[in-house]
Amino acid sequence: MNSRILFGLAIGLLGAATGHQAPAATRITIAAVNNPAMIELKALSTRFEEQHPDIRLSWVVVEENVLRQRVTTDIATGSGQFDLVFLGMYEAPLFARRGWLRELRDFPASYDLDDVFQSLRDGLSHEGKLYALPFYGESSMLMYRKDLFAQKGLTMPEQPTYDDIRRFAAALTDKAAGIHGITLRGKPGWGENMAYVSTLVNTFGGAWFDQQWRPQLDSAEWQAAIRFYVDLLREYGPPGATANGFNENLTLFASGRAAMWIDSTYGAGPLFDAHESQVVDKVAFAPAPVAVTPRGSHWLWAWAFAIPTAARSPEAAREFALWATSQEYIRAVAAHAGWAAVPPGTRRSTYANPAYQQAAPFASVTLHAMETADPTRPTRDPVPYQGIQFVGIPEFQSFGTVVGQSIAGALAGQMTVEQALRAGQATTLRAMKQAGYLK
Amino acid sequence: MLLQLPAVGVLLFWMVVPLGLAVYFSLVRYSLLNPDLRGFAGFENYQYLWEDPSFLPAVINTIVLVGSVLAVTVGGGTAMAVLFERRFPGRNVAVLLAIAPFFVMPTVSALVWKNMILHPVYGVAARALSLVGLAPIDWLGGCPMLSLIMIVSWEWLPFAFLVLYTSLKSLDPEQREAARIDGAGGAQVFLHVILPHLRRAIGVVVLVETIFLLSIFAEIYTTTSGGPGHSTTNLAFLVYSLGLLQFDVGIGSAGGILAVILANIVAFFLVRMLATSLKQGA
Amino acid sequence: MTRRRIRTWLIGGIAWFVAAILFGPIFWMTLTAFKTEGDAYELALFFSPTLQSFRDVFARSHYGGFALNSLLISVGSTALCLVLALPAAYRMAFFPTSRTQPTLVWMLSTKMMPAVGVLLPVYLLFRSAGLLDTVSGLILINTLLNLPIAVWMAYAYFCEIPRAILEAARVDGAGVFHEIRHVLAPVALPGLSSTALLLIVLAWNEAFWSLNLTSAKAAPLTVFIASYSSPEGLFWAKLSAASLLAVAPIMILGWLTQRQLVTGLTFGAVK
Repeated sequence: MNSRILFGLAIGLLGAATGHQAPAATRITIAAVNNPAMIELKALSTRFEEQHPDIRLSWVVVEENVLRQRVTTDIATGSGQFDLVFLGMYEAPLFARRGWLRELRDFPASYDLDDVFQSLRDGLSHEGKLYALPFYGESSMLMYRKDLFAQKGLTMPEQPTYDDIRRFAAALTDKAAGIHGITLRGKPGWGENMAYVSTLVNTFGGAWFDQQWRPQLDSAEWQAAIRFYVDLLREYGPPGATANGFNENLTLFASGRAAMWIDSTYGAGPLFDAHESQVVDKVAFAPAPVAVTPRGSHWLWAWAFAIPTAARSPEAAREFALWATSQEYIRAVAAHAGWAAVPPGTRRSTYANPAYQQAAPFASVTLHAMETADPTRPTRDPVPYQGIQFVGIPEFQSFGTVVGQSIAGALAGQMTVEQALRAGQATTLRAMKQAGYLK
Repeated sequence: MLLQLPAVGVLLFWMVVPLGLAVYFSLVRYSLLNPDLRGFAGFENYQYLWEDPSFLPAVINTIVLVGSVLAVTVGGGTAMAVLFERRFPGRNVAVLLAIAPFFVMPTVSALVWKNMILHPVYGVAARALSLVGLAPIDWLGGCPMLSLIMIVSWEWLPFAFLVLYTSLKSLDPEQREAARIDGAGGAQVFLHVILPHLRRAIGVVVLVETIFLLSIFAEIYTTTSGGPGHSTTNLAFLVYSLGLLQFDVGIGSAGGILAVILANIVAFFLVRMLATSLKQGA
Repeated sequence: MTRRRIRTWLIGGIAWFVAAILFGPIFWMTLTAFKTEGDAYELALFFSPTLQSFRDVFARSHYGGFALNSLLISVGSTALCLVLALPAAYRMAFFPTSRTQPTLVWMLSTKMMPAVGVLLPVYLLFRSAGLLDTVSGLILINTLLNLPIAVWMAYAYFCEIPRAILEAARVDGAGVFHEIRHVLAPVALPGLSSTALLLIVLAWNEAFWSLNLTSAKAAPLTVFIASYSSPEGLFWAKLSAASLLAVAPIMILGWLTQRQLVTGLTFGAVK
């Protein structure tokens, strides 16, 4: 093989690759997650480009974990690759505290900031300053099949308890017909199974930490909650529960394989999309079940747009963020894909809109859940942290995931609940000592 | 010396700079998300990693995974090579189909296996079992390591097969005939003619595969996220969950350095083993 | 005679069965790509095919741009890899010293460094060098990742070549360059082209660094796939269509060059 040719080829390629041309318009790079709401935004964003001929959008659309890893590296190293990033309520205050995000203020009157849910604005703020604009918000709730409930002569109480859930799951499970009484998140990860499990522990009266930051996984509350979770899913859940996250459960429920599902209120939208769901006219909604306390029984989360301090075109990015989270955009989605598909959980005006109430029967349950979820008082006993389904400290991502693995291990039957929690307690204790919370 | 300078130089740069940085980072407290923690940490990061309850399982899992996949692919590859070496109708097309999995991206194969094949409700495997009246198996939850070995072997079997098959094709037919005339049976021909001929090709397969299997990550991340429990956490995944999830650069770097040390130990034995077989006949 | 025929058919049957099992997942993925999302969850082999999923994929992402980046990165890094690896392998195979073996081991060990452990140092270096989100940056990283493999494979091929050939050439008074070009290259070419192919496949399928070091401009197909890996709701058909688009070019290349691949990988051919 002639190495001179190869070398020439390599040089040529390098030259071709580096010879970028400066674009005339301002180009902003947006880091986004791959879900239907975002795909809709990307499709409709051509309208934004028409309105703003001087701004061009580049999209980086990846799955959630990759997005998180990508955005965190970029922001924490101040690389400025992204002008606009999509992040959650967990990251926004942590990043803002480090001075990595630009404060957002001086909104035009047409934006109507007061229309955005107060709890979301609080969760995306640090020391009273707003750092991210919510694109959609969610709480958790119970979704169930009203046709199956009627068939078995069951009625859903206004506020179900976890005892009700166990009873219903037993009655609804019909393995011969391929219907599982309930499906819940089982896939390990701090944003997967631990999001749900944390709400379950909260309502069973437990918490991640006490006031002195001592992990509480060895408490009786955790034992009771995890035992309940494992027994419920093993008896009445689908096979392979440890592989099921939000998406997998949505698929199971949308295809009629599960009778009940406790998960994000955001899931209701796709369930009402006739292209994707076989249960459009059979699904009903109830608040997330409670056990000993209503506190922290359902979560609060928002995905939001934020501008990194190192962004190269912050002004253009701000323009787009304002447009994407505006009432105008919500109306554009409604006109394009119907009211049931609009980004939920961000603005009062959406929930006050009769057209939305009509198209989205889940609106009132969602609104109620969002209004009653309080990340500042997530548990029965006072705790030193904020966050319902997460603990608002950087270390949570890691120990949350490791504990999630242990609990998945108990769910798969590889270890007992006691062993899983003992391992989880040790892991969390270690992480807290290493990070200097405990001596 | 001049000739190997560019390659050695480039790799040295790659080694010294990021790895040097990694060694440095592994000795300090450095968390991207919590820059308040700083200062010299000594061997704290290493100790933290070493004391992690999943460290030992991760080492064992890594070895089990590499060993099993090597056994399956080398064994299966040899068997397939012997099988495909015979003439049969449509052999060329069959070879093309058999090597196809090697070209599939790891993420894609993990996604296809997880969702479309091993899924306990919709997967092809579950439907096939229920057709014959058996209960579906919860592959990724019930036997995660086995499922993982299956997926990874599927990816690498074609590679092993291709190398061994081509090597076998180059075997002098006369040599085999001679053995047969001497009264050797099929098994003896295999043991005394075919296997020795394939030895070097097997060496190459083992070498290339080991390198890739030691740091396998995408398949685990996509299918089981290292669980349930620690059952599919290998070293690469452990480093990810300790270092990258909380962006603790110190621990991540310590994990990287430990993995490099372990890899060097493996490489040392592997190369010594292979060097003899590579040299023979040269 | 009939017995022989039965045996041929039996062997053929088993071999075809094995091939079908190995190809099964890809076949299933291909079928699913042409189904509707609803049909994708059924086991049916017969269905009315549709291109809807492909239309969705093309509407959602700019496939051509990703594919071009993948091509540039894999060809570029392979070329660079060979340029660096061949002289080194030549030297090590034909003029081994006491340091050759340790050098080879050390080269391999760089390949075993887990990417997650050095992400941050590399990211910082790339940022300082202005290589983030550039094709040249990814060519560089893939070259570094695959260089040990290239050196090793080239070394293995060179070891196959009888030293006598080279010595004969040298006696004839040929220079080093002449020796490489006219004596070594023809013998080693098949092996080297299959090395090149392997490197192209590896670079094409590299995901971790591509995902972390690119954003919009230089993203290859592995990044394209990442945007389909876990959308919500029914997504098998779209996932399959996108996967097929990402995998097909490299698979077709592999199939077209299978003959070269086969002749090249013959370890132990030259005696």
